[in-house]
Amino acid sequence: MNSAPASSAPAIPPLSARNLTVRFGSRTVLDDLSLDILRGCWTSIIGPNGCGKSTLLKTLAGLIDPERGAIALEGKPLKAWPRRERAKTVAWLPQSTEPSDLTVRDCVGLGRFAYTGWLGDRRPADEEAIERALNATGAAEWSTRRVSTLSGGERQRVSLARLLAVEASILLLDEPTTHLDPPHQIDIARILRHHARGLEGTIVSAIHDMAVALMADRVIVMGAHNLIGHGSVSEALNGDWLSRAFGTPVNIVRSGTGFLWQPQVPD
Amino acid sequence: MLIYLLGAVLLAGVSLFVGTSSLRTSLEWLRSPAALSDTVLWDIRLPRAVGAWLVGALLGLGGAIAQTLFRNPLAEPYLLGSASGAALAVTVCLLAVDTTMITGLAWMGGLGVTGAAFVGAAAGITLTLTLSRGVQQTANLLLAGVVVAFVLGALTSLLMLRSPDIWRAMQSFLLGTTGFLGWRSAALLALVFAVCAIPAVLLSRGLDALTLGEDTARSLGLPLGALRVGLLALLSLATAAAVSQAGIVGFVGLVAPHLVRESVRVNSRQLIIAAPLCGGVVLQAADLVSRWVIRPAELPVGIVTACLGGAYLVMLLWRRAQRE
Repeated sequence: MNSAPASSAPAIPPLSARNLTVRFGSRTVLDDLSLDILRGCWTSIIGPNGCGKSTLLKTLAGLIDPERGAIALEGKPLKAWPRRERAKTVAWLPQSTEPSDLTVRDCVGLGRFAYTGWLGDRRPADEEAIERALNATGAAEWSTRRVSTLSGGERQRVSLARLLAVEASILLLDEPTTHLDPPHQIDIARILRHHARGLEGTIVSAIHDMAVALMADRVIVMGAHNLIGHGSVSEALNGDWLSRAFGTPVNIVRSGTGFLWQPQVPD
Repeated sequence: MLIYLLGAVLLAGVSLFVGTSSLRTSLEWLRSPAALSDTVLWDIRLPRAVGAWLVGALLGLGGAIAQTLFRNPLAEPYLLGSASGAALAVTVCLLAVDTTMITGLAWMGGLGVTGAAFVGAAAGITLTLTLSRGVQQTANLLLAGVVVAFVLGALTSLLMLRSPDIWRAMQSFLLGTTGFLGWRSAALLALVFAVCAIPAVLLSRGLDALTLGEDTARSLGLPLGALRVGLLALLSLATAAAVSQAGIVGFVGLVAPHLVRESVRVNSRQLIIAAPLCGGVVLQAADLVSRWVIRPAELPVGIVTACLGGAYLVMLLWRRAQRE
């Protein structure tokens, strides 16, 4: 599970970034960063707080314009994609969503905006996508409730359903498992892995919990503003990229089929 | 929504019989086809009722757009400096014309002051948008709106201090009044309402997406910049038209969307349709009260809406506190 799937990677990466530099005012967040994301893989971005994980995801989603550098989506410059076509191809999940007064079903239905347009006339395909997303995340049981009346974890699952309803091939997720109890975190991991391996999709996620983050096929380890390494999970562990990223020894141990972070408590 | 429509028709009916003349006289007028009765009922009271509904509807629509666009339950149609701009323009206009109170009031009905108010409202909004350097930053917009309101308000006060004659005339504008609404006003308001309401309903899916946050809306393929420009244009037009015809009627635009949201579970499309209906009925009702309380004189309708609206918001506050 800790290496990329055997299927040979296609010549064109679904997402690639070249020499990305992103600045907010005088603060540099990403500094001359380049990477290629592989198709059919779940890639985890790991790094300390404030290293630019969220900014990288937003930039890849086309929500932040880099000061320098370029992003290619399916080999074509991201800027050249028509808005709705881009939205059908790349879906983005924010770190936190505002509590909306919409019902869960209406909220998830917004995931189909790129298909239904302003008038929101849903065709059977749209209804089916919404239904699938609601069922996959377990949000179906509250479909008539207002999002603002749900708990944090329930809202997170609604947001995820909204993301899945897009049925985009590339999913960018910023902390999709926050607020979730461990069984639901595993559900999310299962959904992400199925999307990558089963549907030949592409996942890039930033997840804090090491155990969940290391369930991915590949990892991008970020230090301040740039990459420390990008490769399979075993490459990252063998190269001790995590300790370099966090600036302190990070002790990862194998446990059953997965990995655990074992903190070394000072004496 | 049916309730709002029925309420509007009912209140329009009742408003035919409430006025300076007694109820009995009004009822007799309805039966006798005399010239006087025709004038009072059909040329004064009916257009006033229709106009009041339309002003309320425009404010309700503006409030619904503002609260959703700025994602702030306290947003209201006057937020962008339209009210203060209109007030200043009207003051200048009244100063420019001869400034006794009577002529001033007479002017209120004419296109002079109405036109000035519209230009002033539009100028106030333009100033706010210029100061905030565009429409993309919500916080900048709100701050610029506050600055414009204060500065233009201070200028207006200064002008009024210099010429106390127009003070009284200005009061009726500043407090809002439905007393000068004729058929011409009603027609103009109806036109603006149609021009604003139809696109607003069509854009309501975008408003839904905005409730998820601006980045999420963009990631869903929404043209956020164009949407904001369009919605602000509708908001500005609706508010400017309402202010120009009835002065600054407070609280209706703030309260109408809340009333709708409290009573039914709504998405943006339903809110955009229901809030104007609700605002219309609220202002009609307030207009009736303003004519009834101190008969045969009238209260400025803005005082009534402020009292009713304030009381409602306090009630809402208590109910929320109880729920938590």
